[in-house]
Amino acid sequence: MNKIAVIDYGMGNLHSVAKAVEHVGRELGQDVEIVVTPDANLIAKADRVIFPGVGAIRDCMAEILRLDVDQIVADAIKSKPVLAICVGMQALMSSSEENGGVDCLGFLQGDVRYFGDDLKDENDQRLKVPHMGWNQVAQTRPHPLWKDIPDNSRFYFVHSYYVQTQKQEMITGLTHYGTDIVAALGVDNIFATQFHPEKSQKAGLTLLRNFLQWDGTV
Amino acid sequence: MGLAKRIIPCLDCKNGRVVKGVKFLDIRDAGDPVEISKRYCDAGADEITFLDITASHEGRETTIHTVEAIASQVFIPLTVGGGIRTLEDIRAMLNAGADKVGINTAAVINPDFVREAAERFGSQCIVVAVDAKQVSGEGEPLKWEIFTHGGRNATGIDALEWVKRMVEYGAGEILLTSMDRDGTKTGFDLALNREVSRSVPVPIIASGGVGNLQHLVDGVLQGEADAVLAASIFHFQEYTIREAKEFMLKSGIEVRL
Repeated sequence: MNKIAVIDYGMGNLHSVAKAVEHVGRELGQDVEIVVTPDANLIAKADRVIFPGVGAIRDCMAEILRLDVDQIVADAIKSKPVLAICVGMQALMSSSEENGGVDCLGFLQGDVRYFGDDLKDENDQRLKVPHMGWNQVAQTRPHPLWKDIPDNSRFYFVHSYYVQTQKQEMITGLTHYGTDIVAALGVDNIFATQFHPEKSQKAGLTLLRNFLQWDGTV
Repeated sequence: MGLAKRIIPCLDCKNGRVVKGVKFLDIRDAGDPVEISKRYCDAGADEITFLDITASHEGRETTIHTVEAIASQVFIPLTVGGGIRTLEDIRAMLNAGADKVGINTAAVINPDFVREAAERFGSQCIVVAVDAKQVSGEGEPLKWEIFTHGGRNATGIDALEWVKRMVEYGAGEILLTSMDRDGTKTGFDLALNREVSRSVPVPIIASGGVGNLQHLVDGVLQGEADAVLAASIFHFQEYTIREAKEFMLKSGIEVRL
């Protein structure tokens, strides 16, 4: 039995993540049990933990703190493979510019920046914000979660804020949208993506399949 | 290389079946929404848009079940629109597996609803759907107004002003349908799309009027759309999504293949 806990703190679309994990579990022929829950005990019993998040980071952080999800995440990253997605990844960082400045959990060193209102590409063409749609991810480091995913595969992004870090060694994937942005981070047993693997069809499902089989080592 | 332009097949649904009307009226049956969504996803659709065209009048249960069924088999973004009037409606659709909701009539009745929805759920899942119709006569400067209730009711609101306001209120994307072109297969209203695209920072989905693959290309290159939406050319299997993408690629547009 492979127990997967998706941390539910009332923010956004956990159905998508759960359905996608169920789907890849079935494909693998694995006996996968998924719980979508804010319950610390249930999450403590899981083999692997997914930390999702959509929407505004201020609201996410408020709920994280109200439901003691910060402690749950802290416990999870001490002991088991953790996959953080989108605002889940942003919440792991030190702080965010979103909604006028928000302290994040500070588990990973780096901060969350706004794309800006006058984002341009190399040809000086205006770029829309949010960065929404399918963009290519360059795999900057090998990682077990990239297994069977061709380099520069497209994943689905939707965000107006992006992660920046001085710690180059944390970065596992980069994408480009006016500027280089962190598409994925890998630190020990934590893997974090700015894109949505659960919405990225084949490439995304492959990443989730890899996560179901990952032991948290690199 | 960078962000791909998206192709979004649209499923107009009535009582759990995909239908397609001409100018929102004459309706043809086009099949089961779950089957069709899966086929499009396998063929490389970048997103699916599901519009419950009778939702303003009828029950929501069928829609919720259909959305759940699509979301458990399709792993690309899913937008659900039609009859979204309250924060509770949005939550129900997101819980059913939708990634974004399309708000149309409710935004016109109460524009603050868009603000509340974006604050609560994030701009990334709030698509404001705008049905626009040209109201300027020949020789006059181009002007469009928005319509509600599936194109039945005029509002007197200028389309460009409206879109700017909706983005200020937190709309993360605009689904722009030309009422003049919808169902006609004569191509998007390119001037409308270009004007809207230039007036706001968020992505624009062009909709209404696609009859061939060149229309999709024109929507991106001339209409400056970030995504193109079409229904009947895919439902009635005139073209596959793959053919559409290859055609766009040949025209120099970046797509996901």
